[in-house]
Amino acid sequence: MRDVLYLAWRYLAYHRWKTGILVASIMLIIYLPVGLNVVVEQSAEHLTARADATPLLIGAKGSPLELVLNSLYFSSERPELVDYSEARSVAESGLADAIPLYVRFRSRKNPIVGTSIEYFDFQELRFSSGRPIAVLGECVVGAVAAESLGVGPGDAVVSSPETVFDLAGVYPLKMKVAGVLERSFTPDDDAIFVDIKTAWIIEGLGHGHQDLANAEAASGVLSRSEDSIVANASVVQYNEITEDNVDSFHFHGDSEEYPLTAVLAVPKNRKSGVILMGRYADDEATSQIVRPVTVVDELLDTLLTIQQFIVAAVVIVGSATAATAVLVFLLSLRLRRREIDTMHKIGGSRARVGSILLAEVFIVVILSGTLAATMTLATWRYGSSVIESLVLI
Amino acid sequence: MIEIRDLKFSYGQGGFSLEIPHLAVAPGEQVAVVGPSGSGKTTLLNLIAGIASPRSGRVTTNSRDISGLPDAARRDFRISNIGLVFQEFELLEYLDVLDNILLPYRINRTLQLDADVRERAEAIARRVGISDKLGRHANQLSQGEKQRVAVCRALVVQPPLLLADEPTGNLDPLNKGRVLDILFDYARRNAATLVTVTHDHDLLDRFDRVIDFKDFYAHRQQARVENIAGAV
Repeated sequence: MRDVLYLAWRYLAYHRWKTGILVASIMLIIYLPVGLNVVVEQSAEHLTARADATPLLIGAKGSPLELVLNSLYFSSERPELVDYSEARSVAESGLADAIPLYVRFRSRKNPIVGTSIEYFDFQELRFSSGRPIAVLGECVVGAVAAESLGVGPGDAVVSSPETVFDLAGVYPLKMKVAGVLERSFTPDDDAIFVDIKTAWIIEGLGHGHQDLANAEAASGVLSRSEDSIVANASVVQYNEITEDNVDSFHFHGDSEEYPLTAVLAVPKNRKSGVILMGRYADDEATSQIVRPVTVVDELLDTLLTIQQFIVAAVVIVGSATAATAVLVFLLSLRLRRREIDTMHKIGGSRARVGSILLAEVFIVVILSGTLAATMTLATWRYGSSVIESLVLI
Repeated sequence: MIEIRDLKFSYGQGGFSLEIPHLAVAPGEQVAVVGPSGSGKTTLLNLIAGIASPRSGRVTTNSRDISGLPDAARRDFRISNIGLVFQEFELLEYLDVLDNILLPYRINRTLQLDADVRERAEAIARRVGISDKLGRHANQLSQGEKQRVAVCRALVVQPPLLLADEPTGNLDPLNKGRVLDILFDYARRNAATLVTVTHDHDLLDRFDRVIDFKDFYAHRQQARVENIAGAV
């Protein structure tokens, strides 16, 4: 057996390019359907687990999928906005606890999630270091985000400006890291959490600046009246909230109209949930309520259909590739007729010579299978996070 | 060593045919086989080696009725008793020189490859002057070197019979002499029988005896005449 494998290996090693192409082709035939299945199953499991744990989401009327993907997986596709009053009315209804969500900004690639302290209890997030958000301008960082940004409690992260050239747009805000979360293997690991008011400050709805009553700011004051002061752009606006300047931060406009991307509603009980859903059943309503699990199931149905089409295509292409591989082998036998004859002439046994040729096929298939298994394992290990980063972020 | 009696062989219906009433080669004899192209010299070697089987008659090689053996037994017999050298060398391109020499030990379980065999292969390679090329592949060798490797492959099992089919046909005069020297030297040292098909009549003096295929045709012609005369 050793001699058979040795000769087969020598042949394959000598024709390394031909062998490499054959191995790669057969590996792909095996890997594509299996790997695809792993990705789909993992993604399905991943998506369903998070959706299952989230009872109801309220958002502006529009795409339920966008609402769910943005609220649960922090995708960059922002749904239509609802007013903060939506959260207040849910809370005041007594039917459910309302957790506001404002997922719009990012710090580099990491989503900044504006929410309330209840979010951490709801998602059962634990702290590996530091503490929860206590004051305006603080943030709590997910485990993976903390690692990739290289930050811990006491450090700072800065929100990314949306457009560099929009002077009236969103200003970067430097936020102090109060705590780092334990790894939860959910999108929370990549997120940076801030209080909803901090998110609104990033939005520009609230800000802090020099006290215009002070003499230092006098040169910037254009006019004063009894109840208002008009100043020009030379007045210093703070891009970091500190103990010294926190009192200068204030909001303009009606807080009831401040934006949210969604309200995460946690009903008191099943009946409350049904009643709450009934309130949004009106066609005239400007908001919608969705069960994330229903939306995700619909998405998965679509994914499974696509997967079936892809698998069917892969099977057809795979069959053609397998047929080509067999043809290559048969043609190679014809080209090697003389070599095979020589072995027979000098006394090689039929079984041994045949075994050498079969061993070549065996080695190619084993190599392809091993590679396909390694790729599948890698897909199983990293596939879902790659897909997530490609599709959701 | 070799005895052929009443041999009749043909390739299919109406194709080439060969008839040899009697042929004997003594042990240790060095014989050249000559004759026109297509007369059946290579077929004779194939019949002696058991590569081809006669339609009738008997071929005895090294005291074994090789024509009566089944295919597997003929292969086992051949690999351990007969060293074959071909005009076109027939080296395996994907093996290096040492692996080509050791090939017989890897393609039939009758032979066992061990350290002694490896040592012997290296010693033979040394004797024929290719010991510094053991790691090279066939395409890195000259014609003369290729044939010396092929000869080493034939000698490594220490066969009592060497069958060479125009072993010098593709070689220059210098390498021609060198390859023949190796074959004759081995035959003399080991009292082995050497049967060589050749077209090169300048080499015939080196052999103990020359078998000319014209003789078989003359015999066949005479037999036909006698048959016709008998019928009349």
